[in-house]
Amino acid sequence: MSIAKRVRTTESPAIRWLLTALALGFMALFLVLPLAAVFVEALKAGWSAYWDALKEPDALAAIRLTLITAAIAVPLNLVFGVAAAWCIAKFEFKGKAFLTTLIDLPFSVSPVVAGLIYVLVFGAQGWLGPWLAEHDIKIVFAVPGIVLATVFVTFPFIARELIPLMQAQGSDEEQAAQVLGASGWQTFWHVTLPNIKWGLIYGVILCNARAMGEFGAVSVVSGHIRGQTNTMPLHVEILYNEYQGQAAFAVASLLALLAIVTLVIKTAVEWQHEREMKATAELPPERPAA
Amino acid sequence: MSTATLAVPSSPVAPPRRRAARRVLPGFNLTLGYTLLYLSLIVLTPLSALVFKTFSMSWADFWTAVSAPRVVASFKLTFGASLIAAGVNVVAGLLVAWVLVRYSFPGKKIADALVDLPFALPTAVAGISLTAILADNGWLGQYLAPLGIQLAFNPNGIVIALIFIGLPFVVRTVQPVLEDTERELEEAAACLGATRWQTFWRVIFPAIAPALLTGFAMAFARAVGEYGSVIFIAGNMPMVSEITPLIIIGKLEQYDFAGATAVASVMLLISFILLLIINGIQAWGRKRYGGAG
Repeated sequence: MSIAKRVRTTESPAIRWLLTALALGFMALFLVLPLAAVFVEALKAGWSAYWDALKEPDALAAIRLTLITAAIAVPLNLVFGVAAAWCIAKFEFKGKAFLTTLIDLPFSVSPVVAGLIYVLVFGAQGWLGPWLAEHDIKIVFAVPGIVLATVFVTFPFIARELIPLMQAQGSDEEQAAQVLGASGWQTFWHVTLPNIKWGLIYGVILCNARAMGEFGAVSVVSGHIRGQTNTMPLHVEILYNEYQGQAAFAVASLLALLAIVTLVIKTAVEWQHEREMKATAELPPERPAA
Repeated sequence: MSTATLAVPSSPVAPPRRRAARRVLPGFNLTLGYTLLYLSLIVLTPLSALVFKTFSMSWADFWTAVSAPRVVASFKLTFGASLIAAGVNVVAGLLVAWVLVRYSFPGKKIADALVDLPFALPTAVAGISLTAILADNGWLGQYLAPLGIQLAFNPNGIVIALIFIGLPFVVRTVQPVLEDTERELEEAAACLGATRWQTFWRVIFPAIAPALLTGFAMAFARAVGEYGSVIFIAGNMPMVSEITPLIIIGKLEQYDFAGATAVASVMLLISFILLLIINGIQAWGRKRYGGAG
């Protein structure tokens, strides 16, 4: 970009400086300060109090339950996301736009409503309640309910990353593989998967962050039994409401760390993806840009 | 990437007709079938339970549950606070997106990554952290309280929590559109004598307006349903600072499933309408400006 161009299409230095300062000031106040507050409050009483809060059996049980929940919910939504993206991006069929909208639906449902609908199906007064009680199966106010509610709120994450990505890539490469005699699975593993791997990782880490951090939906179906049906966010709530602020922030700091790790991986994936896009862009264009 | 691999083998073998080529790929029935099954089990069946439960109520019962003063107050609060927060997000989000796209400064990449913090940070953590900052004895609260400014345990706190939650929606919808705007148009405007402000208002703003609207609607939709970050800072006083999702929880705790369902169905209906509006804006933006969104 030449200097003459830049002079005409940007603001005066004073305005640039002012806008940058305003934007960064806003971000410092609304994003950095809350993040910093978590760690400062967690360590207010020193490292030994911090470790004590994390070593406590109920905290450990909450950490374990959160890990189990994510370990079930994320793979389920991963398989779904890949299947949905495959049929939506690679094929034309009636009602495709409607299906895409339905997949996005859980994003716009309040987490509390998400929890409620599972209570209405599996709860004591719900559709399946009497049958479940007869067979002594507990879903609501037990671990299966927590997993189901988490699957619901994280439902679209991976599908929504993959659908636009696979649509943009088209299916020329897969068709070539097919014509050359590859089986469906071979085509997927050796052609599609390498092409979508960054989008896939991106979707998985966002899905995982939400799965581990979900509060509203899980809070409705959990029943809040300490040491049994408390995930980490619910444990934070209980401690906080019992005026154990430091312990609450200690557990919360683990979740904040998870958020930071998520952001770091996400940024790394984006850079990697950009680098690959640039390498691709340097090749001669396939067809004139639409 | 694909030019090199595809051009040689496929041209003599693949038929020129596109339709026939489409059907070469396998797995349509399997993946569509699985998608529909999973969607029905996880999303559609439970949601229809809510719809059926609502329709099994008499109109009088439904109306009593939905029009109780405490519920109406919560609707007003939830929608009012969400509207204000989404409005603030549009202004702040545009500012942040503008600075991240157009200017360069040290730490820009970190700032860019940080925008997604509200997506990644669990809502309960955001809630207790904002409370610790804004409560009367908190980090900022202790300086604001003597001035008579209270930002926690009242509707102000709700708006602040919702601003936090909604910020990335606006930034992330506006940012790519801003990156794609044609600088040549701005140069042309400048050459024709437009001031920078006129160029922004007449050239840039119309191009990013659909994205801004989409971001606003997404932030609003998220804010209406938000629970975790709000309940810690809200104070949760009936009629004053009690949000609608909390009303639903309260009814559930009293085993008033019908009442909870009635209120939830109103929220669900509004979510559907918002979803349709968002899709509509995105389609409109694509039609008008091609590919934006």
